[in-house]
Amino acid sequence: MDAPEIIVTLAGLALAAFVVWYFFFSTRQVVSAVSSSGGVQEVAINVKGGYTPDVIEVECGKPVQLHFYRDEENSCSEEVLFPDFSVRRELPAFKTTLVELLPEKVGTYAFTCGMGMLRGSLVVK
Amino acid sequence: MEPTTKTETLDIEGMTCASCAAFVEKSLTRTPGVQRAVVNFATEKATIDYVPTQASPTSLKEAVVNAGYGVIERVPDTSAAERNAEIDRQKALAYLKLKQRFWVAAGLALLIMPLSMLMLWPALMQQVNMQWLNYSLLLLTLPVLFYSGREFYSSAWNGFKHRAANMDTLIAVGTGAAFLYSLAATIVPGFFMRRGIMPEVYYDTTATIIALILLGKVLELRAKTQTSAAIRALIGLQAKTACVVRPGGQEVDVPIEQVQLGDLIVVRPGEKVATDGLVTEGHSAVDEAMLTGESLPVDKKPGDAVFGATLNKTGSFRFQVTKVGADTMLAQIVKLVEDAQGSRAPIQRLADKVSAIFVPTVVVIAILTFVVWFDLAPVEARLPLALVNFVAVLIIACPCALGLATPTAIMVATGKGAEHGVLIRNAEALEKAHQVNTVLLDKTGTITRGEPAVTDFVPAAGQDATALLELVAAVERQSEHPLAEAVVRYAETQQVAALPATAFRAVEGKGAVATISGQAVLVGNLRLLNEAGVRLTPALEQQAQQLLAQAKTVLYVATEGQAAGLIGVADTVRESSAAAIQRLQAMGIEVVMMTGDNPQTAAQVAGQVGIKRYFAEVLPQDKASKVKELQAEGRTVAMVGDGINDAPALAQADIGLAMGAGTDVAMEAAGITLMRSDLSGVVTAIELSRQTIRTIKQNLFFAFIYNTLGIPVAAGLLYPFFGILLSPMLAAGAMALSSVSVLTNSLRLRSFSHR
Repeated sequence: MDAPEIIVTLAGLALAAFVVWYFFFSTRQVVSAVSSSGGVQEVAINVKGGYTPDVIEVECGKPVQLHFYRDEENSCSEEVLFPDFSVRRELPAFKTTLVELLPEKVGTYAFTCGMGMLRGSLVVK
Repeated sequence: MEPTTKTETLDIEGMTCASCAAFVEKSLTRTPGVQRAVVNFATEKATIDYVPTQASPTSLKEAVVNAGYGVIERVPDTSAAERNAEIDRQKALAYLKLKQRFWVAAGLALLIMPLSMLMLWPALMQQVNMQWLNYSLLLLTLPVLFYSGREFYSSAWNGFKHRAANMDTLIAVGTGAAFLYSLAATIVPGFFMRRGIMPEVYYDTTATIIALILLGKVLELRAKTQTSAAIRALIGLQAKTACVVRPGGQEVDVPIEQVQLGDLIVVRPGEKVATDGLVTEGHSAVDEAMLTGESLPVDKKPGDAVFGATLNKTGSFRFQVTKVGADTMLAQIVKLVEDAQGSRAPIQRLADKVSAIFVPTVVVIAILTFVVWFDLAPVEARLPLALVNFVAVLIIACPCALGLATPTAIMVATGKGAEHGVLIRNAEALEKAHQVNTVLLDKTGTITRGEPAVTDFVPAAGQDATALLELVAAVERQSEHPLAEAVVRYAETQQVAALPATAFRAVEGKGAVATISGQAVLVGNLRLLNEAGVRLTPALEQQAQQLLAQAKTVLYVATEGQAAGLIGVADTVRESSAAAIQRLQAMGIEVVMMTGDNPQTAAQVAGQVGIKRYFAEVLPQDKASKVKELQAEGRTVAMVGDGINDAPALAQADIGLAMGAGTDVAMEAAGITLMRSDLSGVVTAIELSRQTIRTIKQNLFFAFIYNTLGIPVAAGLLYPFFGILLSPMLAAGAMALSSVSVLTNSLRLRSFSHR
């Protein structure tokens, strides 16, 4: 092995390890919903290449309002799906779309884009 | 049928605690005309029952405002319609922009390609300055990268910041690497040459990949809009205006949003019914195909329900509005279909799991491909080979087809189902229906009409059939008994003359008596005749026994103290039942019947429609256990029912199908609702499910096989054996085709038609 081969091999392995850690094992920000005056739990979510925040904690049994603001035109994020709640909403670009849910069971429920690439989760406590 | 009270729901704003809700409730309750008011603090809604002659929506709103709170004006239909219009507008704009970006990329790629191929002709190359050529190619590639491909890079970067990787990540990393390598080879060729590497550029790869991927996206977007065409068509069915009759009798055309509960609406021939209601006057035939899939127009007379978006054919009628906006049948169908489209089919679980980890995994494979090629290839070619294979892996692995495989098929199928009057509650129900091998039918209301009809009319010897029927019909027209209604319906079909009846008297539990054209006519059970001292002739006696043996109800007729005839009444089998059952059996499904009737009647009906196995004398509470019994035999059971008492059985079955004319409770418990009271809907539902699952399996197979074979080939696995390498441009072409082919396959479901 010559020097460039050693460098490329080590750099390649380090990069691969970084990709695995970054996408699968790094910690994610968790945000709790804010209860409004009416007892409705509200969360504002920014959609741009992913969901910010992407892990949302809500209380069980109380209505949840998620305000999705799609801050891009990229087609990947044009839909949001909550399969466990049978909800599919189109998110018009640069507009806020309201998704209302009533979580009745404790658990973690995924929400994704139409093709399941962008992901977030609703943690019902 | 004038409702005595009306119900109004108001969205209240400004409530901060439960006592606010109590305060609003009190204020509403004290309003004259309000019978009941409930304010829900959590949902910020007030539900008020009021007497329309004493209170109005305006006075209710005033009461809320006077209490110090606000009422949010609800305009759900306009906002939903506006939202859809906005989404459509944005989609059209996005499609236009995408096409522009594609044409720019395609045009420039067509220039870049031949220029890049100059190196294939050494004689030509000698006359061209290599450095200048590379700079020219760079200039031509920049617009492709920064205009046409910009979205891939911004999306990949935004995704990276969110620790999310999507298909754009692969394209951005792939084309970005090819471009950066080419840029370095253009600006500092000496660096490469000193290391014995030809400074080759890959601008053609970059530009062509972007052009091809954009082509795929253009085709994909065009096809995707067609997947939701059915639901958009449904929404578009809604009438825009309604002709409202004002209290003074004046007819005014108003926008549909202004129509209120209780309004009287005129529908002229050829017009759409504006919203749901009950016919108050007039007769007509209404085409309800858009809601029920039933192709024949349905007769409407006073008292019948009409539904918004259906089409009035012949006559003119007036109806009173009973439902508006989101409560209408059309709105509920749209919501049900939308919900189904938002649900995930269990079959997609694997694809979902793969999608979530797919892109980062491919990036790792691409990095390792680069390393292996760099380490093993001949020194002078190792960098270009490593790069080309790295790019090929990224581009070929695009998971687009995988992501589209199931949802597009579900979208098309649920929409198609709605078109045929088959409402699918969720993707899981659609998937389960294809596994069904046993269909359990509740007899009454599914196989049969669920209402009595005259099956036999037997005049006594010497009696004129028409004359007798005229007399019987004249008596029965006065009666409100369901059996009497059946006789009247039969007389109407025979088009006998309507005679006036006098001295009508209903004899509770026995029948009715009246005088027609001076003759005393008795119609009822045997006790009625016996008590009047009328004796049956032996012939009638025998015929009555025959009818009873066929499990029919017998009505006895006497005129002038003499037995005059018999009428056999039974719940009749629908015309379509036998054919639908035969079709199910031909599909390899066993059809089982269950009924509360005695074994004799059960055998009779089962024999009539070709059912071999049946359960008789099943009590309503035992229906669910019959489903369990079949399931215990290892069968996958679809239960078809229409009544409240069917709900537990519908829920117990692997898949429940509620008949449309049934109750909300039954519909709630069922996975599939058939809008038409006709068993052919069961055939349609199962056929649609089978075809959809077949399509999804094909899609998933193509998507998986494409990636599982494509990635190793792109990585160069075949090179040591066959010398085969996959050009990144070919990979881009194949990738674009893969998602388009999956979409096209799903769209084939649009041609589904019930045979």
